[in-house]
Amino acid sequence: MPFEFVINGRQTRVDVPANMPLLWVIRDVLNLRGTKYGCGMALCGACTVHIDGEATRSCVTPVSEVAGKKVTTIEGLSADLSHPVQKAWIELDVPQCGYCQSGQIMSAAALLVKKPRPTDAEVDDAMSGNICRCGTYQRIREAIHRAAQMQVAPARQKTPPMKKANRQGEIAGVTPGELAPNGGTNVPARPGSAAGRARTPVAPQTTSAVSLATGVAQ
Amino acid sequence: MSSATMKVDRREFLQSAAAGVTGLVIGFYLPNRLGARAAAAEALTFAPNAWIRIGTDDTVTLVIDKSEMGQGVSTSLSMLIAEELECDWKKIRTVFAPAAKEYANPIFGMQGTGGSTSVRGMWTPLQKAGAQAREMLITAAAERWGVDKGVCRAEDSQVIHAQIKERPNERLSYGSLAEAAGKLPVPSDVKLKDPKEFRIVGKAMKRLDSADKSCGRSEFGIDVRQPGMLHAVVARCPVFGGKVASFNADKAKAVPGVKHALQISSGVAVVADNTWSAMQGREALEIKWEEGPNAALTSAAIRKMLEEGASKPGGAVARKEGDVTAGFAGAAKKIEAVYEAPFLAHATMEPMNCTAHVRADGCDVWAPTQFQGLAQMMAAKIAGLKPEQVNIHTTYLGGGFGRRAEQDFVIEAVEISKAAGAPVQVTWSREDDMQHDFYRPASYSRFEAGLDAEGWPVAWSNRIACPSIMSRFIPGAVKDGLDESSVEGAADLPYAIPNIFVDYQLTETGIPVGFWRSVGHSQNAFFSECFLDELAAASGKDPYEFRRRLLQKAPRHLGVLELAATKAGWGEALPAGRYRGIAVLKSFESYVAEVAEVSVDKKSSGVRVHRVVCAVDCGRTVNPLTIEAQMQSAIVFGMTAALKGEITINKGRVEQGNFDEYQMLRMNEMPKVEVHIMPSDQPASGIGEPGTPPIAPAVCNAIFAATGKRIRRLPIRPEEI
Repeated sequence: MPFEFVINGRQTRVDVPANMPLLWVIRDVLNLRGTKYGCGMALCGACTVHIDGEATRSCVTPVSEVAGKKVTTIEGLSADLSHPVQKAWIELDVPQCGYCQSGQIMSAAALLVKKPRPTDAEVDDAMSGNICRCGTYQRIREAIHRAAQMQVAPARQKTPPMKKANRQGEIAGVTPGELAPNGGTNVPARPGSAAGRARTPVAPQTTSAVSLATGVAQ
Repeated sequence: MSSATMKVDRREFLQSAAAGVTGLVIGFYLPNRLGARAAAAEALTFAPNAWIRIGTDDTVTLVIDKSEMGQGVSTSLSMLIAEELECDWKKIRTVFAPAAKEYANPIFGMQGTGGSTSVRGMWTPLQKAGAQAREMLITAAAERWGVDKGVCRAEDSQVIHAQIKERPNERLSYGSLAEAAGKLPVPSDVKLKDPKEFRIVGKAMKRLDSADKSCGRSEFGIDVRQPGMLHAVVARCPVFGGKVASFNADKAKAVPGVKHALQISSGVAVVADNTWSAMQGREALEIKWEEGPNAALTSAAIRKMLEEGASKPGGAVARKEGDVTAGFAGAAKKIEAVYEAPFLAHATMEPMNCTAHVRADGCDVWAPTQFQGLAQMMAAKIAGLKPEQVNIHTTYLGGGFGRRAEQDFVIEAVEISKAAGAPVQVTWSREDDMQHDFYRPASYSRFEAGLDAEGWPVAWSNRIACPSIMSRFIPGAVKDGLDESSVEGAADLPYAIPNIFVDYQLTETGIPVGFWRSVGHSQNAFFSECFLDELAAASGKDPYEFRRRLLQKAPRHLGVLELAATKAGWGEALPAGRYRGIAVLKSFESYVAEVAEVSVDKKSSGVRVHRVVCAVDCGRTVNPLTIEAQMQSAIVFGMTAALKGEITINKGRVEQGNFDEYQMLRMNEMPKVEVHIMPSDQPASGIGEPGTPPIAPAVCNAIFAATGKRIRRLPIRPEEI
């Protein structure tokens, strides 16, 4: 069945069963792999995305429920790691294995829209649905407070559209890879980024040294 | 490596690059097989050893031969290389090594990550690798300038002519020297820095992978995509040791997107266009299982096996000092207790998964693995290929904790790809992961101790029964019935007690067991450090002072014990309702003491850990930020197990399936953790695991201080307090 919704600022249309969880649509159909599978039962928060701004567990959300709505994934949070939560995460060296961190960041970003200066108790309330098996909770808490400081005005919180992610314009019936930023590189490779765990590009790749570095970093 | 060998390697590299062949060397640079053009561009690279690649474009690529599973190893190992290489830290790129013999772990002889060995094993080889490369670059620069290399030095990826410092353009970048340096012989003897000169090692350096991990860009095993790749899930017999009797896949194949249903060694694989379709297909399978000999096994029966084991005479002697019988005969007081620990699952956040592509002439495996060496061997065996025909591509690991030292997920992917004739990713559901783990062994520990008239211990007997990890993993490591991993943290009791006896009954239960963060220490620290606390209480002594006195000849234990106690304010007043407990343990050559501050709710008996003060002596430090993170992490891991962790068995199957039944510590339960690092010039030792063992006994000892109730069986059950 076809469903239309906006993902990371782009209108999209997928033709999948109505009960297919949004998580698997995002990962396996739209090929955005920053959103993770952890439990399939909304128990761990690894799959957290924003639906119309609300932190939502995509693993238990049937795709039919997001028809006509706006979905933001970790890839759409900022184009250049400029979101205060991402900046604070990097500054305070939060990630360890990193697997849960997309979900943690999406939960934290949603919290800061509602509570620009959250208390510890409010952080607990908002973040206790996200499990981190590496136990990064202490640095997550510090980073949320740090992000709150960095956040100049709540208006800047708005999720920017992925301007250059694709040049196809509005698309109907996307094929895997089209919405992944790895083809269009709206997220630049950063110096010092671990470059070798290459996402095998589905989109054609240029082979100059610079874009090689960029491509493999993603 | 001689220069001749290096030249051969380089020539081979160019040939294979020209041919567009994916091989060992290309694997360093071109994990994506981008083709000959890119390969040729990359070929102009200075590669003096297995870990360093410097391009003519000034890129410095470091090859990380350990698995990054959160412990920060890609940053720590890069720091060790960069310290001697004198490269620009901000421009480092890292790639994960392919499977190759150059990358064998020097501590266990095969390529793999575990046992908190990475830094202690790689310290010298990586510093030497960095120094070799630096010396060659300096020599190349000196030759170009026609000066003695003694007047040249390296800094920030440049060689500087020291005698004409006032002319700042007299510098040559590493990239401009790469080609010339590559033609020089590799020096075998290089001088390493005095640690006093370190600029990077020992400093707080930010992780190299935070940015990628903060925007969802890091590739984990589950994120691998290959052209034409299919997704698989496997139905496995819920009973350990059971197998498929028969199956009917008609309904499964009718699910949209399902391509195949195949029997493999671990069960029935459903292969589909996407993960969800494969899961739906598996739901529709009809399978008859042959449940095998464990079909009636229960936790109660296992407990009985272990209890009987720990009561039987004739166990393998793990330690015998003095004469415990005589010690007990002369004791003024005798104390006895039995301690128990349950099976535990690893529950890595990224469930097990693996991607494989088996072809007639080769095989690629993309795996979040801790053990590339074994993965390559197993994949080759199944694919019917030589190990060197199997390329192992290590992705990021979404947690490891010992679980990813196993090969079950690799075997499944290779078997399914071979049968399906396509690249296949096998993904485990959370329930698959929870119910088909290699569990931390359940263990049973019987203690007796004798105290003299003044309350000091004169005899200590500890009889342990638990299943053996090594008897499956490395059978040769079990000697005369003794698996040292079952008694670590018990047999090496550090306290000055004249008569000590520790023995072990290897007791198989039918439940597969494996390495779980800190392995035997995880349960034995709980046993030993709680029982020692019982002795302190029986003699009316303060548990910290009691330990201090008994550790007078164990200076590093004593050092961290005193540091943790001092920083925690041991003996000082606490807020009403809070109590302290302390524990100390050496594991993986590191010493860790922890003080837990706990309150127990009188109505619910709910335990709340408010603060943990941790002191660690891990020898010379590489990255204090990483040490702090690993201590926090290991404490959360151990607290989770102490407060919540238990895998139970009924009818031969695991009763827990997801995080509702096997719970994790969450943000609202996180204590404040303070980490203090003991300055040391001893060799670097482990940090990934040693923080875990002391937390369960520290918390349980605090519960005793709060309530007078001893916790002798984990997890802590409020109804038993």
